[in-house]
Amino acid sequence: MMRPCGVFNVHYRQDMAIVRTPLQWAMLLIFLGFMLFLFPRMVPSVYVSLVTYMGIFVIAFHGLNIITGYAGQISVGHAAFMGVGAYASAILMAKVHLPFLLALLLAGVIAAFIGTFFGAPSVRIKGFYLALCTLAAHFIIIYVINNWKSLTGGPYGITVPAASVAGVTLKSTESYYYLVMAITVVMTFFAVNITRTKAGRAFIAIRDNDIAAEVMGINIFRYKLLAFAIGTFYAGIAGALIAQQWRFANTDFFPLMDAIWYLGMLVVGGLGSNLGPIFGAVVYRGLAYVVDSYFPVLATMIPWGHAEQFATLGLLVYAAVIILFLIFEPRGLAHRWHIFKTRYRLFPFSY
Amino acid sequence: MTTFIQIVVAGLLSGGIYALVALGLVLIYKATRVFNFAVGPIMVFGAYFLWTLLVQLELPLWLSVLLVVICALIFGMMLERLFMRPLIGQPILAPIIVCLALSGFLRAVSLFLFGGYEYSYPVGIFPAGSWSLGGIFISQVHVLAFAVALAFIGLFALYFRYTRSGLAMRVTAEDHQVAQNLGIDVKGVFRNAWAIGVLVASSGGILLATLQGVDDTIELIGLKGFAVVLLGGLESIPGAIVGGLIIGVLEALAARYLTVFMGGGIAETFPFIILIMALLIRPYGIFGLKEIERI
Repeated sequence: MMRPCGVFNVHYRQDMAIVRTPLQWAMLLIFLGFMLFLFPRMVPSVYVSLVTYMGIFVIAFHGLNIITGYAGQISVGHAAFMGVGAYASAILMAKVHLPFLLALLLAGVIAAFIGTFFGAPSVRIKGFYLALCTLAAHFIIIYVINNWKSLTGGPYGITVPAASVAGVTLKSTESYYYLVMAITVVMTFFAVNITRTKAGRAFIAIRDNDIAAEVMGINIFRYKLLAFAIGTFYAGIAGALIAQQWRFANTDFFPLMDAIWYLGMLVVGGLGSNLGPIFGAVVYRGLAYVVDSYFPVLATMIPWGHAEQFATLGLLVYAAVIILFLIFEPRGLAHRWHIFKTRYRLFPFSY
Repeated sequence: MTTFIQIVVAGLLSGGIYALVALGLVLIYKATRVFNFAVGPIMVFGAYFLWTLLVQLELPLWLSVLLVVICALIFGMMLERLFMRPLIGQPILAPIIVCLALSGFLRAVSLFLFGGYEYSYPVGIFPAGSWSLGGIFISQVHVLAFAVALAFIGLFALYFRYTRSGLAMRVTAEDHQVAQNLGIDVKGVFRNAWAIGVLVASSGGILLATLQGVDDTIELIGLKGFAVVLLGGLESIPGAIVGGLIIGVLEALAARYLTVFMGGGIAETFPFIILIMALLIRPYGIFGLKEIERI
């Protein structure tokens, strides 16, 4: 790891620290303080809910990053796993009347069970075969949700009651923003730490060469399933938070195309890096916001354009961004950020 | 019993089209080791393009079909040159995600150009009647589609057997580096494979459009092609045919007999259930190459 000149580790505690220098501490605290206290008061609530959504997707992308970025197992079923989480929390809250935080946790656990089940073929197959398998998982999950009408309400979806945490019911956009930000910070903290544990290193070894990993004594079966379990747990949490944001769970929130955008946007952010999911989620939701709010306006300015046609241009923009990144910068924005940081530290010298 | 036979026959006939779609996937996979996830939107493109030529521009059928063939070949080469060639040498994740994103890209372009409306080809160009064989009805369009699918498959068998570029493609399918060392233009083979693969996919789209009208739902059949290739084996052309017929029949049976118990979507979901089972039991498919690699 690159470190500023003159900063040495003299204790194991320092060697293991995530945040190393006083400047990093200051920047982290200023960033968190700004996001938690100033931001929701400074901007209109449209942007607050936009950033809430970004936070939810940071969680979802962390999960996908653990499966695809660290363990190297491709998952095209991430949207469906999020759908499982959304429905699980909705059912637990609306029908079983569990408190929000417990339902959230259980939603993650249920999604992890289903994700591990569909990730199990990864023990025997990889690459394109696994991509197809998770694609099939998407269709099967969505089919089951839409047809198990007595439990899920079928295509009509379920209405989710407002969350209440510690006796406070979160009805406003701002209060939900605080909740999501807190959960995002906690989940990010865990995601960063998982990659530094034995399991995280095993994931990286499996990604880089699974046969070599097995020769080194890593139990591939166990760690591939563990990667799917952790990754889909994150997906379940994110799905439950989306259901809570709309107060509604429906399979329309989780189409197959979105699963593809998740994968692509994670690459745009940076696969196999802890910053990647954050950059990816911000770019994804930011683009979605621009597309949704400005493209219809664009359509009215051009005489031969229809609003529907310009809505499809949104797809075009996502796909173009993803393809250009994969061709020209496959390591994503996180790599660019790393280059920038290195340059900043070495300035004015080039090395 | 008559109902059962009727369903099996209908399934076999639609299975012929699935086999054609799967053939396009296998051709590209064999030569380039890339799985063409974008096959669905390419089929939609082919169907809409022929519609534009026939209805909007009022060209005669032979000229339209000729134009479709030429444009599909050029389009395939373009896709390879613009999107796939820069990815040579990158980890397998890159072509997977680019192909998936490409499917979104092409879908958006086709929605933008054609608006996603449902059209149909002019009456009288394709046969509309049906034959009756001992109480079993066989629609003529289905038979035509099936015959075209078989003709394509036969043509490719001849192409691989008797032409130099077919031979080059077979060598490349064995090993890219060996082919390169033998002086084969591997990039040229990739280009040819994509051109042919796109041509096959668009003809599959056109045949489907003659059956169910020109619209976006053709894309879903492309997804079923994935189940077909995995069942038959990713490297095997006979596998694509057998897999296509099996999936076609099983899907038709599921639509008739399982819908009652399991709800409306079961016919569309059934190929994917077969896909997962095929992956669990025989990951390399019925005729696929069994890679000796334990993971």
